[in-house]
Amino acid sequence: MIEIKNVSKTFKVDGKDFEALKNVSLKINDGDIYGIIGMSGAGKSTLVRCINMLESPTSGDIVIDGKSMTALSPSELRKERSKIAMIFQSFNLLMQKNVLKNISFPLELAGVKRADARKKALELLELVGLPDKANAYPAQLSGGQQQRVAIARALATDPKILLCDEATSALDPKTTKSILNLIKEINQKYNITVVIITHAMSVVEEVCNKVAIISDGVVAEEGEVVQVFAHPQSEVAKHLVNPDYEENQVNLSAYKKVIRIVLNGANIVGMPLISKLSLDLNILVNLVSVSTKELNGVLYGNITIGVDSDETLLKIRKYLAEFDGIEVEEVR
Amino acid sequence: MFNDLFSQETLAEAWKIISSEMLFALWETLYITVLATLFSIIIGLPIGVILATGDKDGVLPLPKPLMVVINFIVNILRSVPFLILMIMVFPLTRLIVGTTVGTTASIVPLVIAAFPFVARLVEGSLREINPNIIEAAQSMGASPFQVIVKVMIPESVPSLISNFTIAITTILSYTAMSGIIGGGGLGKIAINYGYYRYKYLVMFAAVVLLIVLVQVFQSVGTHLAIKTDKRLKR
Repeated sequence: MIEIKNVSKTFKVDGKDFEALKNVSLKINDGDIYGIIGMSGAGKSTLVRCINMLESPTSGDIVIDGKSMTALSPSELRKERSKIAMIFQSFNLLMQKNVLKNISFPLELAGVKRADARKKALELLELVGLPDKANAYPAQLSGGQQQRVAIARALATDPKILLCDEATSALDPKTTKSILNLIKEINQKYNITVVIITHAMSVVEEVCNKVAIISDGVVAEEGEVVQVFAHPQSEVAKHLVNPDYEENQVNLSAYKKVIRIVLNGANIVGMPLISKLSLDLNILVNLVSVSTKELNGVLYGNITIGVDSDETLLKIRKYLAEFDGIEVEEVR
Repeated sequence: MFNDLFSQETLAEAWKIISSEMLFALWETLYITVLATLFSIIIGLPIGVILATGDKDGVLPLPKPLMVVINFIVNILRSVPFLILMIMVFPLTRLIVGTTVGTTASIVPLVIAAFPFVARLVEGSLREINPNIIEAAQSMGASPFQVIVKVMIPESVPSLISNFTIAITTILSYTAMSGIIGGGGLGKIAINYGYYRYKYLVMFAAVVLLIVLVQVFQSVGTHLAIKTDKRLKR
């Protein structure tokens, strides 16, 4: 378990103090895929760097499996770090070493025998789906392939924690998906706790079970992804869950009531839900925004609609209550 | 002077000197240049590493006064003109080699002049490395020493080769100067015959050889730098 306890971090920027983190506390359980999401500059990268002490907190503590990270000596910390792997937005592979040497690099640092390290690296290369790239150099690989190599390298020391710092932000949507699937697979296969830093809600939806939303250095909201996604409480969460929330606020006044139909694994693929609802209840509905996607045969996403009265809203609630994986949230 | 520059006797005389002395002078120049470069790298590389990593938030933070002193010494040695530096280090040369004249003796002032230059070049090479790669190594539990030896230096090999090529060509031109105060090599031939005895053809021949040497060093260096750089593999 990773316990982040009242962590604050202050940087000196041009002689002025800048508080990147303000009294942040989080608990990440073993086996979680924990998303930490926030806008650029919210402090999420600083937070993840505090977990492996690449940044030392100004105050507060990080406790991993009962061990306080801030109390470790430099050599103890280095030993502990080999159990906390990290992957990065820019992959950060050694450009002058081939793929095999990159993957066995953490083992080389730990003093593992060359032959053993090589064997392990080849196994990992198989796991990440690049068995034929052992002798290639990073410059010869695509971004997605480089990140796969970075993941293999991260797994070399059998870590118990994998930190992902915007690991998919430099990749296209399709590659992002395949990398996230790989992370999910690793999480399940090796029971590695994963912490994912991202600015994209889609990443959190795709793989995380828990999420914390960081804004201006504080935790604005945290909990199960399903909960936060369906019922965002904070302003920043509402923004992240529903990206056109702000624009909506301008023209929402045109409708008496605005509701968000949250699809959370709704088994309605191919069903004309809104038309059906409109006909069945004999009501008129204004579509405000729709953003849905299919995943494993069920739908995820948001449908925001405007209706004319509380009465209609009630009808809709009742109607949609019949469906699994659909929730209704009043926006206004 | 140009009237008799290419006369029969001048040519014959020049050829006699060139054929009897030039080859040995070339060997001397190579000997001085290579050894001086080698020692400059041996001394300059660790100092360059310290300069690149010893800052407050560097990989291997060192006490600030120490950094100030090292920077100061490197700057001082780099600001003294080579000709004067050569004379100033006479006592040191005598201490190490036993004499201040001759081929081997000229290596000492060359190293003293060149190692601070090499240190700055190494510092430049190491500072070019993407800090994210260093951070990644630290996140894997690499010690400062491991970061330097297993990440920073191997990652900057192509850049180091380019910079060492600059160093060897610079040292080669310095060897010509050391000819003035008793050092051997092509520089001595050029000065002794060209400047003191007006045998310009001999001087030209020495200069041509120096040019050829620079060309060879530079081509080999550039070729090696490109060949070792795995970022350029396609």
